[in-house]
Amino acid sequence: MSLCIRLIINGEPREIALDDPRITLLDLLRERLALTGAKKGCDRGQCGACTVHVEGRRINACLALAASLDGASIVTIEGLAQGEILHPVQAAFIAHDGLQCGFCTPGQIMSAAALIAEGHAGNDPERIRELMSGNLCRCGAYKGITEAVLEAQKTFASAGRKDAA
Amino acid sequence: MNRFDYIRPSSVAEAIEAAIPGSALLAGGTNLVDLMKAGVARPTRVVDITRLPGLDRIEWLGDGGVRIGALVRNSDLAHDSRFARAFPAVAEAVLSGASPQLRNAARLGGNLMQRTRCAYFLDTASACNRRRPGSGCDARDGENRQLAVLGWSEHCIATHPSDVCVPLVALDAMVEVAGPNGVRDFPLDGLHRLPNATPEHETNLAPGEIIVGLRIPGDAVRYRDHSRYLKLRERTSFAFALVSAAAALEFDGDRIRSARVALGGVAAKPWRALDAENVLSGATISEESFYRAAAAALAGAAPSGDNEFKIELARRLVQRALLVAAAGTPDVMPALPASPFSVEMRVGESHVA
Repeated sequence: MSLCIRLIINGEPREIALDDPRITLLDLLRERLALTGAKKGCDRGQCGACTVHVEGRRINACLALAASLDGASIVTIEGLAQGEILHPVQAAFIAHDGLQCGFCTPGQIMSAAALIAEGHAGNDPERIRELMSGNLCRCGAYKGITEAVLEAQKTFASAGRKDAA
Repeated sequence: MNRFDYIRPSSVAEAIEAAIPGSALLAGGTNLVDLMKAGVARPTRVVDITRLPGLDRIEWLGDGGVRIGALVRNSDLAHDSRFARAFPAVAEAVLSGASPQLRNAARLGGNLMQRTRCAYFLDTASACNRRRPGSGCDARDGENRQLAVLGWSEHCIATHPSDVCVPLVALDAMVEVAGPNGVRDFPLDGLHRLPNATPEHETNLAPGEIIVGLRIPGDAVRYRDHSRYLKLRERTSFAFALVSAAAALEFDGDRIRSARVALGGVAAKPWRALDAENVLSGATISEESFYRAAAAALAGAAPSGDNEFKIELARRLVQRALLVAAAGTPDVMPALPASPFSVEMRVGESHVA
């Protein structure tokens, strides 16, 4: 069985022939499109390392069948920066040591960017921790991650921007 | 994952026709794809229902109630401000489940149809009557501290994992289904089955039937000022319930005019506690009366293994849920939805060091 799907990936329209409907969005990105920013941690929706944005929503790419997303617009960590200018969440993760080994970081950053765009956390660190609970960090960089999200959110607020994601 | 045919129907009628025996319906995929990776679900055909028109809407009804399409995303439901004001315990339950990423993908119909998280059901090397009828139940002599204390049988002691079903069943929600013989609706309480001798029959849906929506009657809005969902977990966030409780109260002065109580994590279905509701009718707010109601809710409970603690835990959680419901629905969603830690915290103080 062969199936052709259309996706817009980081702003670029793509036509992709799928020879097998079993392929997940994560495997498509990593194995077929050479976008290895989204990481395969648990591959079961529990760790968040594969977080990407589909139609502006953060989801686990490992639990989405690519065929089912036909027509969708997808943003991965590779599409977040504007050329050489880091996205404010990326810059804040560096400034606040929001990582150690870095494996979970693309997922953390994609999740944080969506969290800010969703706008439900306010300036409450407890709400940020709760709304980042879908992203595990085995190095335990949570303190820096929370601080990074708070700072990035302030950057957006002062710039009057709502388009964090 | 086994091989399967992928079909993407564009109408409910096409989907019903496509859903031949052996097929699985795909919506958000957060449970199904996980089960397929584990080899627990092995559909020969996957019917992708995400493009069925008209099922992604929240519609308000003439009686003040609401109709939620089966494809409405968990996150969209919980953050719909009109919905959260009318049915706050439902919104709190949704936000207490899974992670933001999963809530963005998961749909209401799939939440109702999700499978148990019993470790023996999820492990294809274990005996499980629910997964393979007649093979036995390794949970009976296994790690069973999280499993059922109500409505279980010697054949199966699994629990239903849904949070949102708990307040929904308390509020008399109705399930709308479409199938080969037309459309019908019935109370959510009648969707999931207790295991008895046939745990593989998990729901009362007929072959080919598809959940298309769910209604909450306008009558349930009267509880909006005193509605809570509390959930005890092994960790504060992103975990299934060990025990959960929905409590909804309507007052006449200082007396309770009517009450709704349901429990989660204790049985193979969301557990409506009518006996507790009867105890509460006409009662006043007190720890004693609420504990009596909780005791009535658990009157038929029995440990299915190393889980006797869950019975007293459930009593105390029902009592606590009634107390916080009596205190009033919070103006804003707690930072940790459904967590007892949120209830006790002072503003700005964190239970996390």
